[in-house]
Amino acid sequence: MLQARLRKTFAPKPDSAGFTLDVEFSATAGVTVLFGPSGAGKTLVLESIAGFIRPDEGRILLDDDILYDGAARVHLAPQQRNCGYVFQNYALFPHMTLRENLQFAAERRPRLERHRRVTEMLEKFRLVESAGRHPHEVSGGQRQRCSIARALIGAPKLLLLDEPATGLDAPLRQEFYEALRQVRSEFETPMLLVTHDLDECFELGEEMLVLHEGKIVQSGPPAAILDHPANLDVARILGSFNVLEAEIKTLDPGRNTSRLQVGEFELEGPYFPGHLKGDRVRIGIRPEQLTVHARNGRLDKNQLPGELLRAVETPRGVRLEFSNGIAAALSRASYEILRDNRDLVIQFPGESLRIL
Amino acid sequence: MAIDWFPLWLSLRVAVVSTGLAFAGGLWIAYLLANREFRGKDLLDAAVTLPLVLPPTVLGYYLLVLIGRASPIGKLWEEIFGSPLVFTWKAAVVAALLHALPLLVKSTRAALESVDRNYERAARNLGASEWKLFWRVTLPLARRSVLAATALAFARSLGDFGVTLMVAGNIPGRTQTIAVAIYDAVESGNGQVARVLVLVVSAVALLILTLANRLSPSRF
Repeated sequence: MLQARLRKTFAPKPDSAGFTLDVEFSATAGVTVLFGPSGAGKTLVLESIAGFIRPDEGRILLDDDILYDGAARVHLAPQQRNCGYVFQNYALFPHMTLRENLQFAAERRPRLERHRRVTEMLEKFRLVESAGRHPHEVSGGQRQRCSIARALIGAPKLLLLDEPATGLDAPLRQEFYEALRQVRSEFETPMLLVTHDLDECFELGEEMLVLHEGKIVQSGPPAAILDHPANLDVARILGSFNVLEAEIKTLDPGRNTSRLQVGEFELEGPYFPGHLKGDRVRIGIRPEQLTVHARNGRLDKNQLPGELLRAVETPRGVRLEFSNGIAAALSRASYEILRDNRDLVIQFPGESLRIL
Repeated sequence: MAIDWFPLWLSLRVAVVSTGLAFAGGLWIAYLLANREFRGKDLLDAAVTLPLVLPPTVLGYYLLVLIGRASPIGKLWEEIFGSPLVFTWKAAVVAALLHALPLLVKSTRAALESVDRNYERAARNLGASEWKLFWRVTLPLARRSVLAATALAFARSLGDFGVTLMVAGNIPGRTQTIAVAIYDAVESGNGQVARVLVLVVSAVALLILTLANRLSPSRF
């Protein structure tokens, strides 16, 4: 188990603003995803754990080993940390064959074990046939698997992965997820994966940490975070949330309901603990939680009229953008039914409304 | 016309030995400059570069002071080997070294620094000591540039004139290198010998530079 608390400040320079990384988290078995936009400090966290950079203060504990302790002036060299690291571009040594790459990494194991260990890893990661080739002579998938095998060969206590699937095409990405699932089931090594891809969090992550401007703003299972973004920042990082300004008209804890005034319309939501009648709040809802109907007559409960600005094709369906700033994501089939209607209503599922 | 080829062989011998010494010392200095932070790093960098810009006479003067028979180093040398260092072919090696070393250090440092830092991080992460990292990762990856720099240093140490003249002198058959021999031939009106030697030196240098250029583009 990894327990980390670290802080590092970069003073502002003429060409860049200052930056402070200040995080505290722990990671146990399975995959913990460190998610956030570029520049949030994700890679800095990995580099601090691996010992490539030295934090200003804090403490990093891996099982019973102290990797870093600012107060006690402990800062182990990267060589002594026993953390596997999969680099963004893999960093396989280009002048060595895949086998030599593994052998290089196996040299810290006892001499008798090395050969067996290399062979075992080559077999496990289906690299036997390409073992004699150099990294530039093998496929992207083989490079990927080799970099994971190389990181695991020393039996690390933790595997750090720095955006390893960024910039890969879709099949290679799936191959990579497959390899990581294999690691999860065959090795007990906890993994800390850095990514800015939300799909990847859902593919792999049991636990997700949302990093924003050097701070962890929310943590939990990916699905729970997507359902309940802790604040506006998280909603923005998760992407394309609809944000509505609203005023709370009534709150009823007994029936778990509330009434919200949105512009000239009213929505019914769940009870919002910790808020008072008359509060001005921001309501968040994801485009795929909304449904859209053709309008016939007057508005029903939790419906808002929508004047369609445009419909954008996306890989998953159609995204409708309305003049009041609301976006809804529909499947292609449900869009086909609506396509000739000019007069539409947006249906809000009351129980999914969240205050940001 | 009988041409004495001794100067050519002497020059080649001097160049081989001085390049070898410059390689061993230069690699070490380049490694320090590329990887370590220490007090006086800028000074060391400047001191190593100095021979590139100082006039040969100044360098020669310094060398005479440093390794002359009256200096501590000169005395120590005489103590150990029984004969003085100055005005022997070994002094010519020292003179050539002065030119080869800056070239080697400059280019080798740049070559070492141009190796992707992620390879070095990966090696450290995999438990490699700094020693293993240097010999098995950094140097092999910088290999071609380092070899090209070595070839350049060899060509340069073949052609020293001023410093060699001052510390090794112009003793035919003993310390007369090819550059000095050409000067000698021109001075004594022996134009044909000068022409042949000039052409030979140019051809050798051209050959080495072509080789160095071939080495330069990296395979990776």
